[in-house]
Amino acid sequence: MYAYDELDRAVINERVDEFRDQVKRRLSGELTEDEFKMLRLQNGVYLQLHAYMLRVAIPYGTLSSSQLRRLAHVARRYDRGYGHFTTRQNIQFNWIKLAELPDALADLAEVGIHAMQTSGNNTRNVTSDQWAGVAPGEIEDPRIWSELLRQYTTLHPEFSFLPRKFKFAITASAHDRAAIKIHDIGLRLHKNAQGDTGFEVLVGGGLGRTPFIAKTIKPFVHGHDLLSYVEAILRVYNQYGRRDNIYKARIKILVHELGIEKFAKEVEQEWLQMRDGALTLDDAVIEDIRSRFTYPAYPKLPHMPDELKKAAHDPPFEAWRKNSVAQHKIPGYAIVTLSLKPVGGPPGDATADQMDAISDLADRYSFGEIRVGHEQNLALPHVARRDLPALWKALDNIGLATPNVNLVSDIIACPGLDYCSLANARSIPIAQELTRRFANHATADLIGRLHINISGCINACGHHHVGHIGILGVEKNGEEFYQITIGGRADENAELGTLIGPAVPYSEAADVIEDIVEAYLALRARPDELFVDTVKRLGVEPFRERVYATR
Amino acid sequence: MPLVKNGKITGDIFVAIAEQAEIPDDGAILISSARFLADAEALSRRAGRTGVIWPNNRDVDDLVPYLGRLAVIALVFPTFRDGRAYTQARLLRERHGYRGELRATGQVLRDQFLFMLRAGFDAFEVKKPGDAEAFAGTVKRYSVFYQPTGDGRITALHRRMLLRHSESASQ
Repeated sequence: MYAYDELDRAVINERVDEFRDQVKRRLSGELTEDEFKMLRLQNGVYLQLHAYMLRVAIPYGTLSSSQLRRLAHVARRYDRGYGHFTTRQNIQFNWIKLAELPDALADLAEVGIHAMQTSGNNTRNVTSDQWAGVAPGEIEDPRIWSELLRQYTTLHPEFSFLPRKFKFAITASAHDRAAIKIHDIGLRLHKNAQGDTGFEVLVGGGLGRTPFIAKTIKPFVHGHDLLSYVEAILRVYNQYGRRDNIYKARIKILVHELGIEKFAKEVEQEWLQMRDGALTLDDAVIEDIRSRFTYPAYPKLPHMPDELKKAAHDPPFEAWRKNSVAQHKIPGYAIVTLSLKPVGGPPGDATADQMDAISDLADRYSFGEIRVGHEQNLALPHVARRDLPALWKALDNIGLATPNVNLVSDIIACPGLDYCSLANARSIPIAQELTRRFANHATADLIGRLHINISGCINACGHHHVGHIGILGVEKNGEEFYQITIGGRADENAELGTLIGPAVPYSEAADVIEDIVEAYLALRARPDELFVDTVKRLGVEPFRERVYATR
Repeated sequence: MPLVKNGKITGDIFVAIAEQAEIPDDGAILISSARFLADAEALSRRAGRTGVIWPNNRDVDDLVPYLGRLAVIALVFPTFRDGRAYTQARLLRERHGYRGELRATGQVLRDQFLFMLRAGFDAFEVKKPGDAEAFAGTVKRYSVFYQPTGDGRITALHRRMLLRHSESASQ
């Protein structure tokens, strides 16, 4: 955990005071709605279809149990008793009243949580691998750098009014769980030949109406130079990014229009003029941040305790263990994913009671720590393997042991037309229907790893382009239709999916997905060839033939 | 539109010269970038003080040869949501060492004062009188700053290091 010190707390509290003043001036009419809009967005407040929505940051996906309890409190006190975890390590509350927002933020500030820059045309919440610090084989904990970037990007005096939003993601593992290739800046931590820590810097990734996979702008930027290099990128973008058309304003369009070589040259020229300036991070500063992250003192425990051997004879436990429990860097411990995708439920939602219960379980079984991943699930990062059976029972009691992590019903979905004023179509009911169709665990297990991502509009909050199966809601003559892509992925081999055929109406969307899955089962070379690998091997055509033959 | 300088509302001695109007030899004036660049050598040596209104889509590099002779550079925020002038301000102050008045013009509102100050602006043509009156209080909203800019404020990272040193010295 990173412990905020008095300086970090001062900034958060001062931001609450500032926002309280801004709300007061809006309510008194001193600020016009146009003036207030950008100010509220910069503090995570949207006006949705039915009410204001508050998006709260969970920097690099790490929460303490006391922080999660406070999120539960906000859900209960100011909202309707639940929250929605998003694809960028945020939580959203959908029914907040404007006049109560400052109090909700003040309650959150007491435990070091804020909503700064979770929206607006500025640098957004810095995201990272939800298994950071515990994944086997990780080079080093990327959250040290995430935190340095969090501080650097917070209330930046030059880059708070960029052409458009700007998102960072960092990973330090070979397998990318942070989806860095679909971010404005993606950072892959690695070491050079001298053993120094640095980053491959990728730029210009993003989804939305013009999706791009990020390109490498520099293979190695030394850790000392991370902030100055990032500043050079942001400065070039702030000056030359398009501001005439909101749909062409992201950095991906600038990179695309200039070409990566020309863009890299502009950045390099800028960087050379400032690289030895005040942004250089010396080792002492990096170590100071590192020292604020605390890690559990893991008591030595057996890898195969009796409790686990015994539970292995219990099929429901084994079904859950196989997809929800991952290897930990310390023998005797495990990382446990908590599925927020119950059959028939909206993906990513958790009730206040569940959040409280998870906090208690985190205290009991995970050194008080919880993680939030971009797949809209939670994780307990430090669970003793001997505690797995007991934890499973406790999770099952609160509806958080659905054994579907990484399976077909572990769906990513945006709030869609049920909440969002931008949406063209509903996302949640499609997801709910699919979880019912694939509710049989034996079938889901047979299908294997398969990610379905659903967005209710072209803005792609549900990351449909990079779902193994992507579903995009569109509107045709006042009706909801869905375009379906296959073969996308968001990991280190990120790719955009390919359209499989014409859009289908709401009533047929789930049927088409079932047909695609059936086609895969017939086409796969071996039972362990994943859906996405079959698509890679065969292309879209055999799928199209089978799915659209009778349509 | 009130002008705030050195944190206080003050009169503006600079007169904006219309595009067609004749440029006087003396007196403090503000002229457009196009007019200035058309005869920059002479204009930057006129007897009166000269200021330039510089658009936010033109490189400030073009101004560099004249920086020592300019009394005012006025940068423009066509709307407060367009942040290009923050970069121009920092480049003028921190890279090119401009020491004259750096004025924020356009949609200059209360909630951006501190960002502008940190970027190097020291004069503000404020849109709303109420905002101008609130200037001194508004720029004290924050006591901690995460980024180093040319304004000399010490950053949180640096403050922590100083704190560590003083702690170890007192042990």
